[in-house]
Amino acid sequence: MSTVLILGATSDMAVAIARKMAAKGNNIQLAARNAGRLQALQSDISIRYGVNCAIYEFDATDFATHSSFYLSLSPKPDIVICVFGYMSDTLAASKNWEESLKIINSNYTGAVSVLNIVAEDFAERNSGTIVGISSVAGERGRQSNYIYGSAKAGFTAYLSGLRNRLYKHKVHVVSVLPGFVNTKMTAELKLPPLLTADTEQVAAAVEKAIGKKQNVVYVKWFWKWIMMIIKSIPENIFKKKNL
Amino acid sequence: MAQKNIANWGNYPVVESNERSFSFDEQLEQLVEESIHFIPRGNGRCYGDASLGEETISTLKYDKVLSFDTVNGILECQSGLTLDKILEIIVPKGWFLPVTPGTKFITVGGAVGSDVHGKNHHVDGSFSNHIIEMQLILADSSTIVCSPEKNADLFEATCGGMGLTGLITKVKFRLKKIETSYIKQKQIKAESLDDIIRLFEEYKHSTYSVAWIDCLKKGQHFGRSILILGEHAKLEDLPEKLKSDPLKLPAKKSIPFPINLPSWVLNSLTVKLFNFLYYGKNFKKEINNVVSYEPFFYPLDAILNWNRGYGKKGFVQYQFVLPLEAKQGLVEILQRISNKGLGSFLAVLKVFGRQDSIISFPKEGYTLALDFPVRKGLFEFLDELDQVVLQYGGRLYMSKDARMKPEVLRAGYPKLSEFRKIVNKYNPTNKIRSVQSDRLELTT
Repeated sequence: MSTVLILGATSDMAVAIARKMAAKGNNIQLAARNAGRLQALQSDISIRYGVNCAIYEFDATDFATHSSFYLSLSPKPDIVICVFGYMSDTLAASKNWEESLKIINSNYTGAVSVLNIVAEDFAERNSGTIVGISSVAGERGRQSNYIYGSAKAGFTAYLSGLRNRLYKHKVHVVSVLPGFVNTKMTAELKLPPLLTADTEQVAAAVEKAIGKKQNVVYVKWFWKWIMMIIKSIPENIFKKKNL
Repeated sequence: MAQKNIANWGNYPVVESNERSFSFDEQLEQLVEESIHFIPRGNGRCYGDASLGEETISTLKYDKVLSFDTVNGILECQSGLTLDKILEIIVPKGWFLPVTPGTKFITVGGAVGSDVHGKNHHVDGSFSNHIIEMQLILADSSTIVCSPEKNADLFEATCGGMGLTGLITKVKFRLKKIETSYIKQKQIKAESLDDIIRLFEEYKHSTYSVAWIDCLKKGQHFGRSILILGEHAKLEDLPEKLKSDPLKLPAKKSIPFPINLPSWVLNSLTVKLFNFLYYGKNFKKEINNVVSYEPFFYPLDAILNWNRGYGKKGFVQYQFVLPLEAKQGLVEILQRISNKGLGSFLAVLKVFGRQDSIISFPKEGYTLALDFPVRKGLFEFLDELDQVVLQYGGRLYMSKDARMKPEVLRAGYPKLSEFRKIVNKYNPTNKIRSVQSDRLELTT
């Protein structure tokens, strides 16, 4: 039985992942900025699955607190799943530095800050799994989504480097690049149903990737091919497209 | 705002709605405050237009189990949790739902809003009988707790009140103790309507009872049926091979119904054929066996989206109750259906026990549920049936309804004015309203 830490545990995706990991018999540590919001999920998980479930306060963008947060965890987790993220209108954010910084910090800087600490511990213990929920938006910058996309691109590169570094320490790193997912974050968008995963599918993909030590996971298989095509469009053509 | 087309289980009517959801209390408060009007919505398993509106608030993400007393069998949960998930939690611990309808894919909030009944109504009453306490958010976004003792008027009008008093957020209710997850089932063939009514009387002490009835058969076998009875199996009732794991959950197997069938597929000929096979599959007069709870309570859940069998135009389910002394009314309605050649695959007959609520559907008598695909002339025909139902002192189930006239509701529910008064107290500006409540003139 492992202990799984979920960072950013109030999101729809995190709820599904936490339940999936608990259903497999793992103890769960839920962490979010507003820990009060985690109480119902805590009772839900411990009653449904008969596992231990603890809650912690954690603010991804309050970097200075990350060390003491990680120190406060008891026991130390065996698996860390970094789910937090934030998306807002790109055009508005491009004219508002505070908003841009919030997107960058919530999707990239905050993750680097906390995962650096986790990585040190796992490397020392020579065991553990780190999962980062990044995004296909980080595969190529598009005008509709490039601030969020660039932060996720940074996160994807970070995860790949981390995987490379920690390999010799027997620590596994999974990068998850979900395509469209039905969540609160995308509630206002009209998503094509065929290309859209639900949170349970993401959770199942994450659980499988941990068990099978997969490196890079797209939740629905065709996203890998869609992104391959999108990445192969010559920049000269791409820059003229309305994507 | 995400506009989308939504419909309930009958796929009729289809309404464009701005559907919003919430995971946390303060999000819900904000949604209620911002709304001009709205109707709460769960899993959309009522049949007609009850949880439809231009503005809906979905409870599906508000689905956490809050407490489970495994010693005394008391569960408390958020209203968006569905019964199938609850069964997965409680059955392995030796508990069962006190009352369950014919599908497990409904939310707890929906179970209260429709005050659902099951095959055990004659002994255990409806879902509301087992509620200890519940919490609602009212139209003014305030939170209120109610129970049979506390704010009793709100409690009574919320049970079966189709969401019009407020949005149910949390429900605490009593469970039923079981020794095994299996049901001791008895099936008895009845050759006529008189025969099945006599059998219901003979087996009135059976915990679960329901009958499938062939509503197209004419002549001396008019009303031929199969009575299905059940008791929770005790450990000693199980065959040896099941005894090692008596509270086992049934394996999850369901097959999707892939497409909408063209609506002409279901005609009186195919229904007659189905009925012939269904009645004929039981060779013996009586069959006794032990089955898992799944096929006993939820035979249709095994076919996901079975509602697609009725085609794109959808269907309505017609469910009414007639007082015990109105057996003649039952005969008259069945004859009219048979003469019209409007067969129904699902035709379910059951005897309700006593109940005297403000707005809940059940009351002592015979209840019959029938499915009819939407087609030309159907609604006129159902208007005629309504008159027969009223003439014999009966009424219709709002959870199934998509078309009754407001005067039919008024005539069938003698305490309707009391219900309206309570709705008016807690929802004074009709902020909470649905397509159905407007149609039935409850919020206009």
